[in-house]
Amino acid sequence: MDYVSMLTPENAYMFNSLWVMVASILVFFMQAGFASMEAGFARSKNGCNIWLKNLCDFLIGAMVYYFIGFGIMYGNDFHGIIGINGFFNPLDQNLAIWDGMMLDPKIFLLYQTMFCATTATIISGVVAERFKFNSYLIVSCVMTAFIYPVVGHWIWGGGWLATLGFSDFAGSTVVHTVGAIAGLVGAIMVGPRIGKYVNGKSVAIPGHNIPMGMLGAMILWLGWYGFNPGSELALDNVTFYTTITTTIAACFGGLAGLFTSWIRYKKPDPTLAANGALAGLVGICTGVASVSYMGSAIIGTITGVAVVFSLTILDQKFHVDDVVGAVSLHGGSGILGTILAGFLSVDEGLLYGNGASYLIAQIIGVLAVVAFCVVTTFILFSVLKKTMGIRVSEEEELKGLDLEEHGMEAYPIDV
Amino acid sequence: MNEISKVVVVFRPERLNIFKAALKEAGILGMTVTAVEGCGLQGGRIEHYRGSEILVDLLPKTKVELIVPSEDVQKIIDIVKKVLKTGKMGDGKIFVSDVKQVIRISNESEGLDALDLNYNK
Repeated sequence: MDYVSMLTPENAYMFNSLWVMVASILVFFMQAGFASMEAGFARSKNGCNIWLKNLCDFLIGAMVYYFIGFGIMYGNDFHGIIGINGFFNPLDQNLAIWDGMMLDPKIFLLYQTMFCATTATIISGVVAERFKFNSYLIVSCVMTAFIYPVVGHWIWGGGWLATLGFSDFAGSTVVHTVGAIAGLVGAIMVGPRIGKYVNGKSVAIPGHNIPMGMLGAMILWLGWYGFNPGSELALDNVTFYTTITTTIAACFGGLAGLFTSWIRYKKPDPTLAANGALAGLVGICTGVASVSYMGSAIIGTITGVAVVFSLTILDQKFHVDDVVGAVSLHGGSGILGTILAGFLSVDEGLLYGNGASYLIAQIIGVLAVVAFCVVTTFILFSVLKKTMGIRVSEEEELKGLDLEEHGMEAYPIDV
Repeated sequence: MNEISKVVVVFRPERLNIFKAALKEAGILGMTVTAVEGCGLQGGRIEHYRGSEILVDLLPKTKVELIVPSEDVQKIIDIVKKVLKTGKMGDGKIFVSDVKQVIRISNESEGLDALDLNYNK
């Protein structure tokens, strides 16, 4: 029985709104996942700082997105580039997207807000332990007010990439690649941590709480059950389908990370297994509704293996100090997942006899988004570097940001 | 003069890798490392914790304890001066004391035989 098509519009509206509301809450909790993972894989002297940065990504991002970013992303379209209304009170305005929307506009806004905050919070992990707090707040602001919404408009807001045939169901490009590129540019411009690269070699700086990091990874996975199925913006068969492809991609990704680390480094590495699972989750975002179960296994495997290699290459070959490996995880997997969908989408992909036009659109989209993010974030970090500065002083970095920027310790000796 | 000494070095945490490498190169391999908090002459500063004032005068340091033949104590002091000294407040301190006995548990060796030394590189 096709219960979905038996729903009346009124009932469908309520089911859709309820489900997306729940999905929003799951995606919200990814903030805790990011914070736990970042803090766990960084040193104890920066724990408070990392948590506050992640909290502020949401505090600022959500409000800035409401007042400015949402309009840019979903306002009435201007030449496929940007939205031009919906600022300050999008819910009260007559936006084109509200017409015929099959879920409550407030819930749609809520859901989109969570996605925006997720993008911003990726950056904090990359540049952890040496980025100035006040400058970081501004980075968060600009990401959520402009950079993320413009890309979002191109792909989800009826912009030129969507017109071109590019698609990204849950955000491998819109969220993960955007966040990762911003993080990459930031990491390069803020420079590596003191003592990270000595005599041309990368020095390991282990995280202080691996269990916390692993918990963070699992919380992120949990949130992904809102991130992917919720992107259908309805409760229907596609929604149900995406829960399975999401799970398959995560599991194959985790196994790929596990065995790659086991073979490469002689011992199974829990952090690389976790990163593998997350790589699968990032990678499947684009094609989560359009690839087959086998396709999601393939995407999970490829991104899971790739993330292990990418982490070491970025660190040891290019000397980019990415504290938690977010650039490899979100950027590498995001780009791979977007392009793999071009091959593996059942209805449009190359490997199913659909020709190459979808694949080409995916590639163009990736290149355009990466280029846009590189340019805008380079300008952003350059301006900040020349005005407020983006790096803490050497003394602050050595003593720890918790003591120096916040006047407290994450693990003080008991009194 | 006792033939075995204990050298305790309390120093800036970010120097641990450099210190260990320098000790290893000098042939001193055994050590015990702890994360500690300490203060010397520094007065500390007032911070706030949820509205209440708190005096932060204990700062995180790293403590390394080395048990060595007494003739190696000067070697360690020289290494410390070379790699741990910045000249600013907070560099830390070295404490030297006598050790009555050292026993390696695994083979019950005693005295100098029980120390972890390697001068044959």
